[in-house]
Amino acid sequence: MALEITNILSFGCAVLKTALLALPAIAAELPEHRITNIFEPLATPAESEKNIALLVIAITGTVFVGVAGLIAYTIWRFRQPSHEPHSEEPPQVYGSNQIEVAWTVVPILIAFVLIGVSARVIAAVENASPPQAALKVTVIGHQWWWEVLYPDYGIVTANEIHMPATADHKNATYLQLQSADVIHSFWLPQLSGKTDLIPNRTNYMWIDPHSPGIYLGNCAEYCGTQHANMLLTVVGEDPKDFKQWTIEQQKRAVDDPQGSEGKAVFESLACVNCHNISGSGQASAGAKFGPDLTHLMSRKTLGTGVIKNTPDNLRAWVNDPQIAKPGCLMPSMRLTPGELTKVVNYLETLR
Amino acid sequence: MDAVLTQRVPPPIGEWKLPDRGAMGIIFLIVTETALFTIFVVAYVVYMGKSLTGPYPKDVLDLPILASVCLLSSSVTIVFAETALKKHRLGMFKLWWLATIVLGLEFLVSTGLEWKKLIYEDHLTVSTNLFGTTFYSLVGLHASHVILGMCFLLLVMIVSLLGFPIETQERRVKFLSWYWHFVDAVWVVVFTVVYVIGR
Amino acid sequence: MSSVHSEVERPPVEEARFSFSNHLYDWVSTVDHKRLGLMYIVSGLLFFVIAGIMATVIRLQLAFPNGKVVDPDTFNRLFTMHGTTMVFLVGMPFVAGLSNYLVPLMIGARDMAFPRLNAFGFWIFLFGGCLLYFSYIGGGGLSGAGSAPDVGWFAYAPLTSRAFSRGASTDYWILGILVAGIGSIASALNVIVTTVSMRCPGMTLSRMPMFVWVMLIDSWLIIIALPPLSAAQIMLLVDRFLGGNFFNTQSGGSAVLWQHFFWIFGHPEVYILIFPAFAILSEVIPIFSRKPIFGKPAMVGAVAAIGFISLGVWAHHMFAVGMTSWSNTFFTASTMLVGIPTGIKIFNWTATMYGGKLRMDTPMLFCCAFLFQFLIAGLTGIMLATGPFDWQLHDSYFVVGHFHFTLVAGLVFGLFAGMYYWFPKVSGRMYNEKLAKWHFWLFTIGVEITFVPMHFLGFLGMPRRIYTYAPGRGWEFWNLVATSGLLFQLPATLIFVWNVVHSAIKGKPAGDDPWDAWTLEWATTSPPPEYNFETIPEVHSGRPLWDLKNPNDPDWRFE
Repeated sequence: MALEITNILSFGCAVLKTALLALPAIAAELPEHRITNIFEPLATPAESEKNIALLVIAITGTVFVGVAGLIAYTIWRFRQPSHEPHSEEPPQVYGSNQIEVAWTVVPILIAFVLIGVSARVIAAVENASPPQAALKVTVIGHQWWWEVLYPDYGIVTANEIHMPATADHKNATYLQLQSADVIHSFWLPQLSGKTDLIPNRTNYMWIDPHSPGIYLGNCAEYCGTQHANMLLTVVGEDPKDFKQWTIEQQKRAVDDPQGSEGKAVFESLACVNCHNISGSGQASAGAKFGPDLTHLMSRKTLGTGVIKNTPDNLRAWVNDPQIAKPGCLMPSMRLTPGELTKVVNYLETLR
Repeated sequence: MDAVLTQRVPPPIGEWKLPDRGAMGIIFLIVTETALFTIFVVAYVVYMGKSLTGPYPKDVLDLPILASVCLLSSSVTIVFAETALKKHRLGMFKLWWLATIVLGLEFLVSTGLEWKKLIYEDHLTVSTNLFGTTFYSLVGLHASHVILGMCFLLLVMIVSLLGFPIETQERRVKFLSWYWHFVDAVWVVVFTVVYVIGR
Repeated sequence: MSSVHSEVERPPVEEARFSFSNHLYDWVSTVDHKRLGLMYIVSGLLFFVIAGIMATVIRLQLAFPNGKVVDPDTFNRLFTMHGTTMVFLVGMPFVAGLSNYLVPLMIGARDMAFPRLNAFGFWIFLFGGCLLYFSYIGGGGLSGAGSAPDVGWFAYAPLTSRAFSRGASTDYWILGILVAGIGSIASALNVIVTTVSMRCPGMTLSRMPMFVWVMLIDSWLIIIALPPLSAAQIMLLVDRFLGGNFFNTQSGGSAVLWQHFFWIFGHPEVYILIFPAFAILSEVIPIFSRKPIFGKPAMVGAVAAIGFISLGVWAHHMFAVGMTSWSNTFFTASTMLVGIPTGIKIFNWTATMYGGKLRMDTPMLFCCAFLFQFLIAGLTGIMLATGPFDWQLHDSYFVVGHFHFTLVAGLVFGLFAGMYYWFPKVSGRMYNEKLAKWHFWLFTIGVEITFVPMHFLGFLGMPRRIYTYAPGRGWEFWNLVATSGLLFQLPATLIFVWNVVHSAIKGKPAGDDPWDAWTLEWATTSPPPEYNFETIPEVHSGRPLWDLKNPNDPDWRFE
């Protein structure tokens, strides 16, 4: 019995190790959509918004061509080459009630069409309620990073949101948006229009990336000094890759002996007061002022999208975050080069 | 119409009378102040029942009956004062004017005493909770307008006591009384919202 | 009307000793509506230049990705001060200045209803503006944090709470604008009472010029819409100084409530700002088309409708806040409706030109450009009014493009038209038409180059109020193009300033009525004497000077 359990466990570990190594490889294959054009929607809300956008543009474009043409014609036809002060005045026309009515009624009709179409889309997007089995993600905005929680899985992470890609919106991901400080806004142009994160208020939205890929966005409500560097990354994945990711995220921190020296430094300094690393001891349990670092290496960027997650960048960041993100709320801890190397090595083990 | 088309001289203008400048000034001032008060009332209403901690209105607010009666009566006495002024009965004018001031003063003193009780006994301040913030702001804004009105009432009182011919300023006294009626009308709204509905 | 003007021998008066201090005292103590109007406009122009320099720095910072021209905090202060200055210290003084100078003249009065209130309004506006700018020096406060405010021109809570805005910078924003707002209300009150109570004999309300009508409705909007801002600012002061809870989300307060109150002011405010342009166009286009305004009752009705409806559209600034679908639909609907009277105005102006004899002098050029550009701005407004589309466009550069189109390509163009049109009346001299045309073309090209690309940046997902952006997002090209527009706008503005200053000193004398116009301000000297008119005129129609010049075809036969 014990032997069978051991066999199963070691087989499981082997599988996991392979998956772990394979993960970056798979992630590297995901297309990254860096040009976030709202007219290239990749999820249902953005698609319905694009459709109504095109309708409005078509109508307003027609109006523009017509009216601008009229104005241009009028100017061209009635302009005088040079002004002669005593030439005869043209017929003094005061107005015409019929014309006034005509050009009041037509715009009203156009307005009603647009109002009707908008009402439908508003209802469709806003009033969709999550089916029981839907994936629920809670996003909490902080000054200048995103706290991301998967309550059903017990996952706590930051800045990068993974979700299964789905071809039909019945399997959309439902987001609950809150804020820990000021107003932020959640905007990934190719996935959906934006919704604000407001303290003391919970807002809801849903997105359904249609195919695996990396989707980019920004905080869209001015929230202070580093509003510009509060980027959003959504990683849409194959359902089985997503499942794999959740399993990895649910684990406690990897206990790699390579990082034990750095871990000691980390835990002895104020790092633990802001950053939680699950399994690293009582000191940092529940620390929420800064992002959870348990699986830091599973993320593609650092500093909420400011720099790529590479060893050199990580070292520079930990040494002085104020260089890449001046004004952000993480101070430089003034580590000695030796301490810095140890801490970075430790962080590098947090896959 | 034909007759006009062939006329060589425009039709005469006739009597040209436009509304009094001062009257218009006070009326539009009242309009703008109404907009200001409306927002404070809206804030009060929006936050009714939303305080997370006490004290709550029903625990600490008593109906300010005496103060309200005094303030509203002062609107009546000011009308009497105006009538007396119109009839050039300056003695009666000064009497009714004084009554108006005394009644207004009573209102202010009552409010002051109420606030003293709320702050020192009930420990309700502007920062305590939503109720405290919105209550003191709205009632305080109203009280500040009462104080402003009182300053002008006192000015008129002093000036007429010093022998200035106040009957020449009937117009301006009238405008001041309109302002005073406005302040009273606002109190009716504040009273209803804060003390009747809000408790 | 009795007479246009005749040479009057002023009785000999002992010449006061001319000295600089006497001159200064005259201006500082003046209650003359014309001088105050001029002081408002000059102050507005000065602030325009200052805010323009800020915009230049902003554009330089954003021209390239990972810009290093300024640091993030400086950038955030720049866009806050740029926006606050342009709205409150440029737009509002122009409203006050234009109505103060022109309304009494156009209605045949000698001054405003309350001249001393007028002076009070000006000086308190100037004090408020200086208080705001004093923040650069004084915003350090005891805690040493902050200088100029950096919370954006609409200062959302709770970013403006003590917790997130330390130091005194936000307090300077609140107090400076609160104080300046009192000046705006005072000025608006004055305009309303003047219009109601001081019209010359025969000038019924329907015979008032379009300019006066529009500024009257503008003033009504001001006295109704500015108090909500003052109220919200007082509430914010209570929060910041007395520990109040109006916008304190931790004690149950609502951050969204600030937005409601602010935009109840803020949306009518943008109509308050644009109305002077409407007013100017309604005067300039008829004169330069040689025809009366087409459909004056409809035009007045349209302005009144815009004013009224604008009080009910405010939450279209809040589509992303998470309001119910019912609210979102309502505000989509009301916002669409407000576009209709605006469209009617564009049609009426065009119809005024149709069949006329168009004199393409610079005032008319600016009006024509306004028509095209405001049409575009209005149509992008329709795009923003559509709730679902706005969910993408809100807080992106599309909005920045839209409101700069309405305000720069719209309002500023209208103001230039007005400034050129009335320059001869105010200064007594003609400006240089050739230089003015250079100003026009350079400025138009520059404005198109800067603000059209912003719409594309919005489509590409660029949010607003970011001090820089990473390369590879597709934003580099259009940002660079937008910045290059400065190469046209800056020389254009310099040409304008030179033209104004030089012509005021050395221009050809203009005479009373260089444009052959029809409203009363052209019936007196250029510049008008302190008492405006020798004798108060009597009018019988909406175009008293047309009646005088065309005794065989006077307007009063048709009214």
